[in-house]
Amino acid sequence: MLKTLRWSLPLALFLVLLAFLFVGLFRDPREVPSPLVDKPAPAFSLAKLHRPAERLSNADMRGQVWLLNVWASWCVSCRVEHPLLVALAKAGVVPVIGLAYKDKPEDGLAWLASNGDPYRMSIVDRDGRVGIDFGVYGVPETFVIDKAGIIRYKQIGPLTADALDKTILPLVRELQRS
Amino acid sequence: MRLLLVVAWLAGAPALADDALDARLKSLETQLRCLVCQNETLAESAAPLADDLRKEVRELAVAGKSDDDIRAYLVARYGDFVLYKPPMKPVTWLLWFGPFLLLFGGLVAWLAVLRRRTRLVVNERATTPITGPADQEALAQARALLDE
Repeated sequence: MLKTLRWSLPLALFLVLLAFLFVGLFRDPREVPSPLVDKPAPAFSLAKLHRPAERLSNADMRGQVWLLNVWASWCVSCRVEHPLLVALAKAGVVPVIGLAYKDKPEDGLAWLASNGDPYRMSIVDRDGRVGIDFGVYGVPETFVIDKAGIIRYKQIGPLTADALDKTILPLVRELQRS
Repeated sequence: MRLLLVVAWLAGAPALADDALDARLKSLETQLRCLVCQNETLAESAAPLADDLRKEVRELAVAGKSDDDIRAYLVARYGDFVLYKPPMKPVTWLLWFGPFLLLFGGLVAWLAVLRRRTRLVVNERATTPITGPADQEALAQARALLDE
């Protein structure tokens, strides 16, 4: 009994260490889990990009499941995810609101004009205040927000076809049913 | 003269308050992590977000929020990761006490090895008593050498 323990205990400890290191290989240290998931989306009221005189706030989106996509014309990886958003808009499964993060409105408008505008509408967060409230630290980011205005999921970095098909869209469908 | 002092005080007070605030913010910001350059503190990071957060932190401080309030404000948005010193709570117990646990485990293993080793040596001595004539001879020789 003690003899077995002499070699099995160090081996077990080594295997545990190995398991930790192995899992660590596939984790992105830049992805910090957001404390905002399953909490109400922070209150905002921002001017619309295309119609600066009008504003959009949380209350306007009550009752529907929607995506908030944080983007900017200066953001390089936003270009990577953009075709997916355009396809998503065409499918019309879920409204996507764009948050033009720390961007000049004219730059944002020009960017949308040349790359295609997949957004139901975009709102302007010129000084990044609302971004801070949403815990944005790397653009692009995408939030799934439910009918009651609660954040259900946060994608950090560009959307991928995989993330959309396996995580975001199933979640959206489930939330739309409830 | 008194008027002069009042004027000097009025002029000097905001500057002094600013210095105190700067020092306080500096020390607070060195305890906070920049989310963009994750191994830099908020105080030293050049990332635009760090700039914004420094501005935000200053505004909160000017509005009279305490350091704890400001920390709570950032943790609510970015999680415990913004704190360089992780808070003590059940999920971080292993982080805080793990090293001591390892140290204790090592100590126990070390003591066990030491104890077995002394037992072996003692056993060896006990099983090989100095009785044989050859041994007696060697012993006598050794004694003689020591006496010289």
